[in-house]
Amino acid sequence: MTPLLNVQDLSIGFGTEKPVVQDVSFQVMPGETLALVGESGSGKTISCRAVLRILPEAAQIRSGSITFSSTQQGSTVDLLRQPERALRKVRGNHISMIFQEPMRSLSPLHRLGDQVSEVLLLHRDMNAARAKASVLETFERVGFPDPARVWRSYPFEMSGGMRQRAMIAMAMVAKPELLIADEPTTALDVTTQAQVLGLIKELQSETGMAVILVTHDLGVVANMAESVVVMNKGRVMERGPAEAVLSDPAHGYTQKLFAAAPMIPQVAAPARPETNDDPILQMRGVCKTYTMRAGGWRKPTLITACHEVNLTVQRGKTLAVVGESGSGKTTCARLALGAEPPDQGGEILFRATADAAPLKIHDMNAEDRIRFQRQAQMVFQDPYSSLSPRMRVGQALTEPMEIHDLGRKSERREKAAEMLRWVGLDPSMLSRYPHAFSGGQRQRLSIARALTLDPVLLVCDEPTSALDVSVQEQILCLLEDIRDRIGLSYLFISHDLAVVARIADEVAVMRQGVIVEQAPPDTLFYNPRHPYTCALIAAQPEPDISRPINLELVSKGAGSPATWPEAFRFEGVAAPALTELEPGHKVRCHV
Amino acid sequence: MMFLRYAIYRFITMLLTLWVVSIMIFVIINLPPGDYLSNQIAELRATGQAEGVAKAEFLRVEYALDRPIWEQYLIWVGMAPGPQGWYGLIQGNFGWSFEFDRPVSEIVGDALWLTVLVNLAAVLFVYLVALPLGVLAAAKSETWVDYSAAFVGYLGLATPNFLLALMLFYYGNKYFDLPIGGLMDPRFEGAPMSWEKVRSVLIHLIVPTFVIGTSGAAAMMQRLRANMLDELGKPYVETAKAKGLAPSKLLAKYPLRMAFNPFVADIGNLLPAMISGSVLVSVVLGLQTIGPSLLTALKSQDQFLAGFILMFVALLTLIGTMVSDLLLVLLDPRIRYGARAA
Repeated sequence: MTPLLNVQDLSIGFGTEKPVVQDVSFQVMPGETLALVGESGSGKTISCRAVLRILPEAAQIRSGSITFSSTQQGSTVDLLRQPERALRKVRGNHISMIFQEPMRSLSPLHRLGDQVSEVLLLHRDMNAARAKASVLETFERVGFPDPARVWRSYPFEMSGGMRQRAMIAMAMVAKPELLIADEPTTALDVTTQAQVLGLIKELQSETGMAVILVTHDLGVVANMAESVVVMNKGRVMERGPAEAVLSDPAHGYTQKLFAAAPMIPQVAAPARPETNDDPILQMRGVCKTYTMRAGGWRKPTLITACHEVNLTVQRGKTLAVVGESGSGKTTCARLALGAEPPDQGGEILFRATADAAPLKIHDMNAEDRIRFQRQAQMVFQDPYSSLSPRMRVGQALTEPMEIHDLGRKSERREKAAEMLRWVGLDPSMLSRYPHAFSGGQRQRLSIARALTLDPVLLVCDEPTSALDVSVQEQILCLLEDIRDRIGLSYLFISHDLAVVARIADEVAVMRQGVIVEQAPPDTLFYNPRHPYTCALIAAQPEPDISRPINLELVSKGAGSPATWPEAFRFEGVAAPALTELEPGHKVRCHV
Repeated sequence: MMFLRYAIYRFITMLLTLWVVSIMIFVIINLPPGDYLSNQIAELRATGQAEGVAKAEFLRVEYALDRPIWEQYLIWVGMAPGPQGWYGLIQGNFGWSFEFDRPVSEIVGDALWLTVLVNLAAVLFVYLVALPLGVLAAAKSETWVDYSAAFVGYLGLATPNFLLALMLFYYGNKYFDLPIGGLMDPRFEGAPMSWEKVRSVLIHLIVPTFVIGTSGAAAMMQRLRANMLDELGKPYVETAKAKGLAPSKLLAKYPLRMAFNPFVADIGNLLPAMISGSVLVSVVLGLQTIGPSLLTALKSQDQFLAGFILMFVALLTLIGTMVSDLLLVLLDPRIRYGARAA
């Protein structure tokens, strides 16, 4: 059987530098799913874009061939040697593509119907009415309940998951033979990811198209792929059927990827929760509502970001707040740091030492605030934008001390150098600029910067979500290490249960501004009670072929609170109380 | 319906803004000590012309210049009865020019419409030139097309307008027999509208439009090019490419639409910049716009004339901004629905 797509010895480079993709070969059989796996910079995206020749202008294809054997047309062509005009007939028609960011991959100024039907008008001899009928059918197929409304909608009126569905519809509408999906779910929440992956799989079995899935997530591979190509630094490291590669990785690099992939542990039985009561941070009955000003004369609307949040961070421990986008977890972090005041009635108390009088974060004067800022620091999500590109590392690290007027210049410099050593970087890097560092190194820098003031509480807002898995692993180790070394306490915000599983002592799961379940991680994974927690756990793709995503569990808990099983159901902010079902395990349900 | 409501809202805010502007204009004009008549009285006294003083004193009372400034303002706008009753800007009385000793409306008269004409022509020129050149420069960025467009553009930006005007008059007259100065043949001045007159005005417009518009067009072109280049790198352009769209069609449908926003939003800024920028050009070119009158009025503290001209310029500006705001709402669904969402 001839492969549908045959990539042979592909090399791509920029300018005169050495190639970023080197002698890459792989085949895709008709109807098969091939996963291209690798971390950022591995060349996986460039290789798959070369198929349609959608490359950055400076990229040159140096050698190789990509032959496409269309079964519909019964012809075989080398895509790399086709004139641009002929290639246009292939794009969107025989081979279509889905991109990583559904937010930015659709034009915000054109209606979805217009953007999707364009494919048909280009490639099929159809009039507008027939194209519309066909598009509406596809919209229905990808799971939109009201296709006619989607036809009229603009992308910004929809959530990320819905936009990605629209992208899939756009890619599928002309019934291509090959779909290239470039990290199609990386920008999505985990429950949405599960649903989108499920959809791609379903469509594939229906139409018999082949799929090239580009991803960095071995869990996604295990759920989707029949064969796997592992790439690193522009070269293929390992290739083979998914089952063989995943169950018994032969190459060292693949094994490293596996070791770094965070997993939700399968807990036999939870340990008894320790009892100690030395809270460093307490949030009591904290609510936060924002007023959205509408244009013109319209009445402003209230948006509840957090509702009745009660959280306690114990000294020297890690409290993790887990939730998807819009769950209110970042608002929690901002409130905890006093960056925003909570609504009237909420209390946030901070005790710098065990016997200190509590400081009221919700009601600080300027002096208190300065003192508090020395004791509580933050690590941000995006290491690329949280360091000023115009400041040398030394400046960035000494600035907090300058602001608080600590020490003399030489002492500050010394402290900065020490902090660099702590986070595993070399003090000689003090005079460099941030752009000289990789993402993981930058995140180490921001941790070092947060530590220069000797804080007792560190708020980490998704500190690893912008990083590769292997780097994420290193950063998590570093955070654990520092915590144990100086007895730091963490408030750890994350969307990823697997990350939280390894670092947290206590986990609070948030959904739409309320905490739905709270327990130590062992208890939570052993006996999740809330449907939303179950959905989160079920949706987590595991790099294990024998543990596929359970879409049924996901769909049961991932919807809005009004669709949850009766014991948990609520509407708006009229949530039932958090009930302690067993010691240390609280669930929001009607008892 | 949504749009209509927004348009009404926008119109009312425009009127409110105009009102605030009128206060500011009046205050600023009255900031220098004295007024036209008190200056004149002082001068007449010094030269001992007593009968003139009496007339000036009479005018002072007649135009309420002896009252407190806030009362003067209300009378000028027409929100309080003056010596001649309720008769201000709102009622259509533009006031009296002391310098020319004639009603303001008579002095400004035709110049008002010629000003609007000259500046609209210039704005149109800016858009017609900048749009194709900007898009072309972006699509062919870093090729000779881009470089020559940029060269011409910077030349346009850097050349002083009056110099350009003089050069164009000389060569225009020498090679194309274009008229020098003025906005129409002198024989049509004051003559009733006719085909011949329109033709004469149009021919006279060529050089001024070019002079006033060049620098604006150059700046606008560079802005559009930069915006287009930004948009060309966005993922949705890639998506469109992956659909199999041809480059020219792609360019026109997606990035151009996005880059269009700042282009439209500039209408509001363009008008006042052109009008104030064209004052000097009008003097040099001998155009019968309100520019030269404004200059005289401001120099001699002829307050009603200056006030009226400034109000007129402000009105044009506000209308320009309103038009661009309304166009943006029509063009960009994000702005249209932004107001409704939440």
